[in-house]
Amino acid sequence: MLAHYGYKDGSGEYFIVVDTDKCDGCGRCVSACPYGVFEIGEDENDPFRETVVVKVSESHRKKIKYSCAPCKPVSGKKSLPCLESCAPGAIGHSW
Amino acid sequence: MATEYWRWPESRWTSPEIDWKAGRIVTAGIDVGSVSSQAVVMVDGALFCYGSLRTGSNSPESAQRAMDFALAETGLVLADIHYIVGTGYGRVNISFAQRALTEIACHARGANFMYGPTVKTILDMGGQDCKAIRCDAKGKVTNFLMNDKCAAGTGRGMEVFADLLSVPIADMGRMSFEVEAEPEPVSSTCVVFAKSEAVGLLRKGWPKEKVLAAYSSAMAHRVVELLQRIQVEEDFAVTGGIAKNEGVVKRIEKELKIKALEPKFDTQIAGALGGALFAKALVEKDRGLR
Ligand code: SF4
Ligand code: SF4
Repeated sequence: MLAHYGYKDGSGEYFIVVDTDKCDGCGRCVSACPYGVFEIGEDENDPFRETVVVKVSESHRKKIKYSCAPCKPVSGKKSLPCLESCAPGAIGHSW
Repeated sequence: MATEYWRWPESRWTSPEIDWKAGRIVTAGIDVGSVSSQAVVMVDGALFCYGSLRTGSNSPESAQRAMDFALAETGLVLADIHYIVGTGYGRVNISFAQRALTEIACHARGANFMYGPTVKTILDMGGQDCKAIRCDAKGKVTNFLMNDKCAAGTGRGMEVFADLLSVPIADMGRMSFEVEAEPEPVSSTCVVFAKSEAVGLLRKGWPKEKVLAAYSSAMAHRVVELLQRIQVEEDFAVTGGIAKNEGVVKRIEKELKIKALEPKFDTQIAGALGGALFAKALVEKDRGLR
């Protein structure tokens, strides 16, 4: 399942997309993210999933653009800690 | 008392055909949303009864009221129900539910039951948020996006406009088409700004119908943008309270160039219905039936 967390506003689209089929719940992204964007827990969107899965914390969903801003310099592409930490490549950013 | 233009009808229904005493698995789903609450009871996977009410100031009480309303005069009591799933914004506060699941999961499952396995894309326009969901033929979610950052494309936004324009909520859809030409959509997506923009238009002498048309198309445009992010695949269905507002739904269809399926049930019960279906599957799992 592709879970989109975030929003669209006048300035653009800000979504963190998690591919829950790829995520194995290892939790590395949780420790890698300096701003506590992720958490691990049961999949509330799929009651039959047996393993835990990553999600974007409730408190960050409506301000994700600002939560991630320190990781995203305006110029020059730098790799993001969350993407680097995730071996299966389950995390994506829309911006 | 002042007329409450925003007030939408509460409803309940019981199947005339089902004898619940003969059922093996009785389950329920309760959806406590920010604006409305529903309870749905199913007997062996068939819809037995439901109730839909306005959510009160606290979730546990609204859940109880919706349940009592649904069960009224059926002879069935809470203790007869084998498994209850809670969903919606107030889901964690429903003391008598065994499990809490998201509206995303429940709406997809409920829409799959309501519209059949051909439904691939669901737009749920609820009281305070709006969700775009893709699912497979079994109603399992494959992709979703939820917007709860502001009330623009939502029931609450419509209620604000019903009050502002003194138009009963049930008439808003029809009235929004009583214009000679479709006006430009209001530019604000935020309901607070959209409201002040509307006040300005009324002062300029715009009739209510035209203001409504401009607001409805702004709302439609906003949700279409969300839908495009997950890409719409037919069949397409709309659930939630706004599904009853043709002024918004028809404008969404026009912009997407796709027609939504005709609803066969009260679109507000989709979430609770999905909860009751999950409850049945969870009972079967517990009993080793699946
Ligand atoms: S690092 Fe990747 S696989 Fe591990 S929990 Fe995070 S998203 Fe899932
Ligand atoms: S970009 Fe930075 S702040 Fe945002 S989720 Fe990734 S690691 Fe966390």
